[in-house]
Amino acid sequence: MSAQPTALSRSWDEVRADFPILAQSINGHPLAYLDTAASAQMPQQVIDRLVWYHSTLHSNVHRGVHTLSQRATQAFEDVRLKVKQLLNAPSLKECIFTGGTTDAINLVAHSFGKTFLKEGDRVLLSALEHHANIVPWQRICEEVGASIDVIPINDRGELLLDELDALLTDRTRIVGVNHVSNALGTVNPIEEIIARAHARDIPVLIDGAQAVAHMKVDVQALDADFYAFSSHKLCGPTGIGILYGKERWLEKMQPYRSGGDMILSVSWEGTTYNGLPHKFEAGTPSIAAGVGMGAAIDYLQELGLERIAAREAELLEKATERLAQIPGVRLIGTSEHKASVLSFDIEGVHPHDIGSILDSEGVAIRAGHHCAQPVMTRLGVPATARASFAFYNDDQDIDRLVAGIYSVKEIFGV
Amino acid sequence: MSDMRALYQEVILDHNRKPRNFGPLDGANRVAQGTNPLCGDNYTIYARVNDDDIVEAVSFEGSGCAISKAAASMMTTRIKGKKVESAEQLIEEFRAMLTGELDLQADHSLGHLTVFEGVAQLPQRVKCAVLPWHAMHAALEGDEETSTEGDSDIWSKE
Repeated sequence: MSAQPTALSRSWDEVRADFPILAQSINGHPLAYLDTAASAQMPQQVIDRLVWYHSTLHSNVHRGVHTLSQRATQAFEDVRLKVKQLLNAPSLKECIFTGGTTDAINLVAHSFGKTFLKEGDRVLLSALEHHANIVPWQRICEEVGASIDVIPINDRGELLLDELDALLTDRTRIVGVNHVSNALGTVNPIEEIIARAHARDIPVLIDGAQAVAHMKVDVQALDADFYAFSSHKLCGPTGIGILYGKERWLEKMQPYRSGGDMILSVSWEGTTYNGLPHKFEAGTPSIAAGVGMGAAIDYLQELGLERIAAREAELLEKATERLAQIPGVRLIGTSEHKASVLSFDIEGVHPHDIGSILDSEGVAIRAGHHCAQPVMTRLGVPATARASFAFYNDDQDIDRLVAGIYSVKEIFGV
Repeated sequence: MSDMRALYQEVILDHNRKPRNFGPLDGANRVAQGTNPLCGDNYTIYARVNDDDIVEAVSFEGSGCAISKAAASMMTTRIKGKKVESAEQLIEEFRAMLTGELDLQADHSLGHLTVFEGVAQLPQRVKCAVLPWHAMHAALEGDEETSTEGDSDIWSKE
């Protein structure tokens, strides 16, 4: 699908109308969906592609000799090409289908860890990571006798880069950091982190789950060694995602999962593994979800990622200004560089109660620790309420959020 | 539930603001910690049970939302002075109310605890209200830790 000449001229109201789910009522109120950081909504174009796939070409990939299998394989592999273009990856071999960001990180932790981590080695993570970029590393470190160091943050939720060089030791084997923090919205200076790690020949894994749908990502310009993201965070279906990895690392890494597609030949004496990217793609993938992800990539590229980033920055700025004026509301995570996430609390009210009351007025936010408990501990809060924005949100959504917060304050008498 | 005012009644907000029996308990011989790993709510329940199997004193510590804190606070006021057997019956009735298994028109001993009836209509909040009661049950059983998940998941039928 090529970019339509009219795509750039569509108004944001017209774009919003692409999302049928947003047109419904929740608890008697129009839905204000402000939980895109957990999962982005799907436009009709993605839903249509799923229906098209299921109704015309579903079949297994990479193994059938019949027409449907060839078509399904073609449709699936076309998505790999779209991913390569989306990330500006040098090669298709470096774009691996995974079950999502978490699965991709597990792949790196397991395969890179088993190959390159030894007793006494160190893994450097940031204090902003969510559980999926902590626990897989804890597990592999425990297995091989390695340990984890942490890049600290300040009270605004910004990484303290002054400490980075001291933390990059002779025993550091890999650095893992998110591009955008899911809990606070901080956009991390990953170019600088990558450059400083590379000065010591240490590879860097970027968790791009919160970034890919909200800004232009170029893995060659970043010089990232690994970059992971999920389809459902970029308006595609759940259950599929991507690991970009540099060939120089992927070639040396042991396979992660074993079974069909990652194998060239099997005998009782042994197995010869398939080449990249299939070496890391055991079993039948989530084909329909992959095809849907392809439609989502088309959709975002037609809108233009720069234009999306500008729209979301505008929404975030407006929402930040409005919430900052409400007595008792405290913004949590006030990094200079932020993307589409607004974490806050209300003095005297637990975030779960905020979430329930907002939900009763049709405003969907996330409340909790956002699977990032170490960040919450560092900032001294048990949880936050988090409104996260996408280009399909509008000023009315912000008005409804603000009105909902005043309802919370009224009910709790604060 | 669309009207949150019906859920967040004054009695719940009052117990949230001024939790009763809050803090550690001198001479406690039953202690259990209850956590909800999905949201981070965390309460420790203390009880002192005498030789006659009567819960002489009870208290709690910890943090969580208004629903869980009020549930813990009101629970302590109701459990205090009860025989362990009666306390366990009350715990079961509370759990049954929140999972929709209790006929509130029939005989029960919940009394004012029925203010939590509305939580049953908010499945995502049921575990908040049940958590301190779970921990109380664990304390009376002599367990030290419990959780809203795993074997203690209120949705898993035994």
